[in-house]
Amino acid sequence: MKAFAQLFLSLDETNKTNEKVKILKDYFISVPDSDKMHMLALFTGRKPKRQINATLIRNWAIEASNIPAWLFEESYHVVGDLAETMSLLMPPNTSGSNKTLTEWIAEINTLGHKIEEERKLWLIGSWAMLDTQERFVFNKILTGGFRVGVSQNLVIKALADIAGLEAATLTHRIMGSWMPETYQYKQLIAEQGIADDISRPYPFFLAYPIQETSERQRSAEELKGVLGDASHWQAEWKWDGIRAQMIKRDGKIFIWSRGQDLATDKFPELHPFLNALADGTVIDGEILSFRGGLPLPFNVLQTRIGRKNLNKKILEESPVAVIAYDCLEYAGEDIRPKKQSERRHVLEQLQAATAFPEVFRLSALISFNSWEELAVIREQSRSMIAEGIMLKRKSATYQVGRRRGDWWKWKIDPLSVDAVMIYAQKGHGRRADLYTDYTFAVWDGDQLVPFAKAYSGLTDQEINKVDNFVKRNTIEKFGPVRTVKPELVFEIGFEGINRSTRHKSGVALRFPRILRWRLDKPKEEADTLDTLKALLGG
Amino acid sequence: MPRKPLLEFTDRGIYCDKGKFYIDPWKPVDSAVITHAHADHAYPGHKHYLAHHLSRQVLLYRLGNISLQTVEYGQKIIKNGVEVSLFPAGHVIGSAQVRVAYQGEIWVVSGDYKVNDDGISTPFEPVKCNHFISECTFGMPVYHWKPQIQIFNEINSWWRANLDHDLATVLVGYSLGKAQRILQNLDLFNGKVYTHGAIENINQALRNSGVWLHPTERITSSTPRDEIRKGIVLAPPSAAGSAWMRKFGPHNLGYCSGWMAIRGAKRRRAADRGFILSDHADWDGLISAIEATSCEKVYLTHGYTATFSRYLNEIGFDAREVHTLYGGEEEENMVKDDVLNSDETKVFPATGDLEGAGVL
Repeated sequence: MKAFAQLFLSLDETNKTNEKVKILKDYFISVPDSDKMHMLALFTGRKPKRQINATLIRNWAIEASNIPAWLFEESYHVVGDLAETMSLLMPPNTSGSNKTLTEWIAEINTLGHKIEEERKLWLIGSWAMLDTQERFVFNKILTGGFRVGVSQNLVIKALADIAGLEAATLTHRIMGSWMPETYQYKQLIAEQGIADDISRPYPFFLAYPIQETSERQRSAEELKGVLGDASHWQAEWKWDGIRAQMIKRDGKIFIWSRGQDLATDKFPELHPFLNALADGTVIDGEILSFRGGLPLPFNVLQTRIGRKNLNKKILEESPVAVIAYDCLEYAGEDIRPKKQSERRHVLEQLQAATAFPEVFRLSALISFNSWEELAVIREQSRSMIAEGIMLKRKSATYQVGRRRGDWWKWKIDPLSVDAVMIYAQKGHGRRADLYTDYTFAVWDGDQLVPFAKAYSGLTDQEINKVDNFVKRNTIEKFGPVRTVKPELVFEIGFEGINRSTRHKSGVALRFPRILRWRLDKPKEEADTLDTLKALLGG
Repeated sequence: MPRKPLLEFTDRGIYCDKGKFYIDPWKPVDSAVITHAHADHAYPGHKHYLAHHLSRQVLLYRLGNISLQTVEYGQKIIKNGVEVSLFPAGHVIGSAQVRVAYQGEIWVVSGDYKVNDDGISTPFEPVKCNHFISECTFGMPVYHWKPQIQIFNEINSWWRANLDHDLATVLVGYSLGKAQRILQNLDLFNGKVYTHGAIENINQALRNSGVWLHPTERITSSTPRDEIRKGIVLAPPSAAGSAWMRKFGPHNLGYCSGWMAIRGAKRRRAADRGFILSDHADWDGLISAIEATSCEKVYLTHGYTATFSRYLNEIGFDAREVHTLYGGEEEENMVKDDVLNSDETKVFPATGDLEGAGVL
């Protein structure tokens, strides 16, 4: 654990990419293989199962810190991270421990069989033998909230260098669900990949935004300048559902979300079509709710995500289907190196042969002859219930991750309204102890009605100014939330809007964020609820 | 009729009606007693100033030609029958707590303070009083400072490692206080110390006051870049990320501040390296300082005032929040922005206590 805690500290102590890769390599070289796999699991979001419930951990930490519970909560709002708060509040350790990361995780995993009193004794005892930094990473593992300031790509780059493998190969080998207890480092880096896990998905190829960070629209002319002749490109609608990879191998089916969650059980409607596919077939596509052959807005799909049990009512109200984009494996062969147009041909044949065309749909190609023409078609996106247009170079292979060049997303302008900030709350992580999470309202007569929360879109400098405003203009405090004097106006952008009975305003927004601070607008000139409702459409 | 309290909190600052003077007022007044020379405590525009000897040159440098009387720690001044004396606050060189006494009633205004000896400021001295007006910039139990020797060992080995990796070293700390504290603890066998103009001006003012500081070299447009890269650069926070800093070539940027104790705050400041070094008292420091005064009432001026006063009341003190414009987390004031800008333009480098303002 000492090496792992030091790794965390060292990564925190530099902002330079090369330095981070070096630190990661040093770590990999110095620890046993089993620690390497545990680190890899943690750094790629495979958190161990939580063995003690968070409330108990919190209560025992309060006890160990010997402070009142309210002060612990206040401290948490200042620190913005539970694991770190606990590690800072406890008295210094009284002894030390040389257990490895593997040994600690093994101990944690046995807790499931113990009674509460035993767990508590174990936890208090463990805290007492770890220093502040070790305690911090230990708490992170225990509470499962493991986020590091280093991307998976960097970790893979470091490990690929050491193992002498291509980064793309390694990325593929760590996809899917594996346990660091059983997946051996030797297997991971074996020269010939072992066809060990039939459920393993391929890394997703992600599109790069045409607009990049700015919200400024690109003209057809600019597109031509960057992408060249329109005839080299294939265009499809950009659907707003759940990006998924569907696998049929050895008579078994697997549905993976982009976040690498195995979601096979969540979509029973798709099972018949997947079961009917030949073994050794992998399809990339978007899962959406459909009715009468038409896609429904994302919020309909949202009602069934996260449900443990899919009852009949939900399946009837929000039936799903797949819009297939691509075929990655055919007849057991990885066809990702083939051209886009060739893979498209394979996909079309697969779809033509299906007995389930209602659920196995093809992402239609948009026919266009020039960028100008496509720009006009793109204006219809919202009525198509699409987010914009996807552009794929016809000669492109299926690549790994988000990269510039062959796949682009050309989204439509977000909808927007001008709204007044009325509540503020402190942020987490690097925004800890700063008021960065805001609630916005629009006018309904002379009342301000809250309709959206957003916590991104401002520069650091603007955040400092708003934070300052909040601290000086607080009307009331409700726990961590402050009611703020309504004064500041912001332009709020969002991708979609739907009716909602759960919100006071009667609407729910998709991806709300701050587009800009309207310093030029007094609060009286913010938009009204009627303006917002007019965006609902028919 | 109950007697009016000796000190009261007004919209100009802390006021003694009996003695007709203010302590650290933020609006122009006739008579001001100044705890220390940071911009959020020493405002321009007063008719007359009273401060400690060691603040003299810095105040004159920052505020221009003011009418200024300076005294030793412990020396008694009578203002309209009210006794005023200064006691060391340990915050920065020349910083003082102000003791105000009249007919047996004693008030102490802490200004900003820390209880651990930093080796350069006169160490904090507890003063018995009935009413204690305290800061609480770091008044949360998550703040615990390590002994400074440990931090300076980290800083010096970081500097050495940068030299080994052919990286320039830039260390950020505010101009009055932190910069000198760092300077006196650097391992000069590593190399020379180069300073930003805003820091060197303060160094000069302190040297003129008779303070002995390690040798430093002011960076000018003609200072050779290669020489700077072999030493260490001390810079104020406003210089971080500026064009001025980029001209040193590849460098490692270190920040010295109490805020570095929290990972999120450290990440926000985008420094390569954060060193937890503060000129304010930590949680235990605040509580021990308040206990040592044996006071009946505590008033909290800036920092986590709401949380800290609630806790003090729970453990048996009579504590309350008061509204002031001193730098601090909860009531950060807009003057700080001006302070930052002025440091950049160097027209009027009235650097405040940026750490207290949560900026550094």
